[in-house]
Amino acid sequence: MKPRSIVLSTRGMSLLKKRGWQVALTTVMLAGLVFTAVAGWIGTPIGSRNFAIAFVWIGWFAALIIFLIPFIGRGWCSICPIPTVGDWVQRGNVLNPQGSRPRGLGLRVPAIFRNMWTQNAAFALLALFSAAILTSPRVTSVTLASMVFLAIGLSLVFERRAFCRYVCPMGGFVGLYSQVAPIELRVTSLERCAACQTKACYNGSANGYGCPWGVFPASLTRNNFCGLCLECLRTCPNKNITLRTRPFAADLAMPSTRPDEAFKSLIMLGSAMVYAAVLLGPWSAFKNAAFSIGSLAWITYAGVFLMLVLGLLPGSLWLVGRLSQRFTPGVEGTRTNPSARAQSPFAVFATPLVPLGLAFWVAFSLTFFLTNGSYVLSSISDPLGLGWNLIGTAGVTWQPMLAGAIAPLQTAILVGGFIWAARVARRVTTQVRLPSTPLIGFLFLPTVAMLWLLI
Amino acid sequence: MRLREHAARLAILVVVAAAGLIPLAAWLRTPLVHARMAESGGWGPDVLHARAGKPLLVRLTSDDVVHGFAVGLSDAPAVDVLPGKVSQTWLEFDQPGTYTFYCTRWCGPNHWRMRGTIEVEGVKTEGTATVSPPLFQVLGIDLDQPHPAATTPAVVPDPQRGAQVAAEVAPPPTLSLDAYRSHSPADVWRTWRADASLSGLTDAALWDLVAYTYNSQLASADRDDAARLFAANCAACHGERGDGQGVFAEALVQSEPDSGADSSMGHSADATRPADFTDSEAMLGASPALLHGKILRGGMGSGMPMWGAILTDAQIWKLVNLLYTFQFDGESGP
Repeated sequence: MKPRSIVLSTRGMSLLKKRGWQVALTTVMLAGLVFTAVAGWIGTPIGSRNFAIAFVWIGWFAALIIFLIPFIGRGWCSICPIPTVGDWVQRGNVLNPQGSRPRGLGLRVPAIFRNMWTQNAAFALLALFSAAILTSPRVTSVTLASMVFLAIGLSLVFERRAFCRYVCPMGGFVGLYSQVAPIELRVTSLERCAACQTKACYNGSANGYGCPWGVFPASLTRNNFCGLCLECLRTCPNKNITLRTRPFAADLAMPSTRPDEAFKSLIMLGSAMVYAAVLLGPWSAFKNAAFSIGSLAWITYAGVFLMLVLGLLPGSLWLVGRLSQRFTPGVEGTRTNPSARAQSPFAVFATPLVPLGLAFWVAFSLTFFLTNGSYVLSSISDPLGLGWNLIGTAGVTWQPMLAGAIAPLQTAILVGGFIWAARVARRVTTQVRLPSTPLIGFLFLPTVAMLWLLI
Repeated sequence: MRLREHAARLAILVVVAAAGLIPLAAWLRTPLVHARMAESGGWGPDVLHARAGKPLLVRLTSDDVVHGFAVGLSDAPAVDVLPGKVSQTWLEFDQPGTYTFYCTRWCGPNHWRMRGTIEVEGVKTEGTATVSPPLFQVLGIDLDQPHPAATTPAVVPDPQRGAQVAAEVAPPPTLSLDAYRSHSPADVWRTWRADASLSGLTDAALWDLVAYTYNSQLASADRDDAARLFAANCAACHGERGDGQGVFAEALVQSEPDSGADSSMGHSADATRPADFTDSEAMLGASPALLHGKILRGGMGSGMPMWGAILTDAQIWKLVNLLYTFQFDGESGP
């Protein structure tokens, strides 16, 4: 499918360029975040009845994984309320860049942190405490508030959105899987960018702020680091940037060679499996260990989790890459290219983990939502647990939805994800001239494990 | 341009502040009584205030497991307090005073500690009943001292055989209510053993007669009510068979590291182990007045709660009568 502009009319494009709707939408989201944090703190501590848990972790999270990320990629980031206050504080303005007086130190993020390792660590940390975060309203409340304040703090110290780009655990997650979305923001003509004198998309102008993500749009080849904030649409003096549709997973045609991204994929894959085991599995000892934060059982659980996502999975993938190289004639080090063998295809081999990991998360979230979705209805009607019945659904009792369809759906998603990942694996292995079978074999094992965990 | 910016800032401030303040205000204006397991704090608040003759709306929610709410010495039915949901009940008190509310569900090992008070203010009306001292005080019984039976039967007494014995003895020995309440079965057995008119009975037959006499104190009409009271309030610790092996018994003992192994009516240093009503030495040495006092006042430092503020005097006597059936009804209990 040839990419085409998603916003066809000039009127639609000019609407997209206006900041007002985005500020309004973000404000609504911010109000929702504040409400959620307050409800989490003062509402009932019963997670299934508290708005902060039921709406955020059952409703919003499922919507994010199942619909938003696969179809509009980082669309959520464009209205995410977490960095908003930091943005406003840093810019000294909420609407118009003209006349704004930037506050804060405006430092560049040190080079050592300009990668995804911090995000990886943040997500792993969040995952270690996920049992508490996903079930305790107050922990959710504190987590959300902490992220807002951390974003404000980083906005005052560093330039642009350091939090979103380098720290936000959800941002890394969304960014990774946004590569499969059939939507992208790209420049239409690289030549026009090269000729542009102002580079207003990066530096900002009277029409908009310089890219908050620190990305020069002409260099965008993948969705990972474009937060769809749409500022470049507003600043580009040449109308050279557009939002357009594309085939699913187009970004994966160009495999990443970054180990931090590879680890991100592996952490996400392993986390989905651990979440499925803890939150949906029947093993009470495992569940109790995940909940008993600080206990010996929890330390063991944390050790197993970290060993899986940082040791077993990456180690296996690295080994698969090495063995593929070793037993493939022509890629051994040669006199003319002695370093060929030294370069592990580890990061490239992690590329098919993107569709596979997304399938894992969709399967997990779908089950989680279909099983617990009825809690969302009751919590919306009585969000603070004060005995209200705002929309008449406070009395809805727990009732799994489409119980009979869950297993076939999960199977279809996981098998579909595996087939998709295998196709990506064949493509990337062809690009690096290595056999695809070992990598597909590697993908098969966690798929079977996830099928066993969920079904 | 500046005007738009200021207007936007104001609008954002209003919307975001409203999102935080409206729920906060609603929360402050909706007082709830929170039920939590005793280990997590019990009732919160644990003191409610009311005025005599004026209805009080109590809205309850549980922060952990299913609890129940009831007011002691009241006929009002218990209200289930469900996790994350709000239950409500109206209370009205005729007389000022301090009333006790409590949990009616076996919510945890320290379930019985889930108590609170309702301070009712107002003016006492005429005709208020005077309170007489409990029998154990009148008789000068020291509840905290052991009262073991001087003698115990070699076999478990059988009230049915006792009924046959009573039919055969002419005239059968009788026990007034006062005498029953102030004497232990062992006391009665000894008195009757010394009675020349009963000298023809064997020791075992005399025990059967005592068993029949004590069991007869629990009218058949009261038996179900007594069993229900026992199941709701006592069985969690003392066990459904009265053997001190209730579901929370071990947890209570483990919570007190100094606990020993004895389980005889709190007579030993093992203060936290629930009393074993099948222990013949302890039970046959205990008078109904002693048992009544234990229930009424509680264990004073042992795990036994004070029930005087919750159960009526009639309910406590029913329970006392029921407790002897653990001795005299063998394995079956009540």
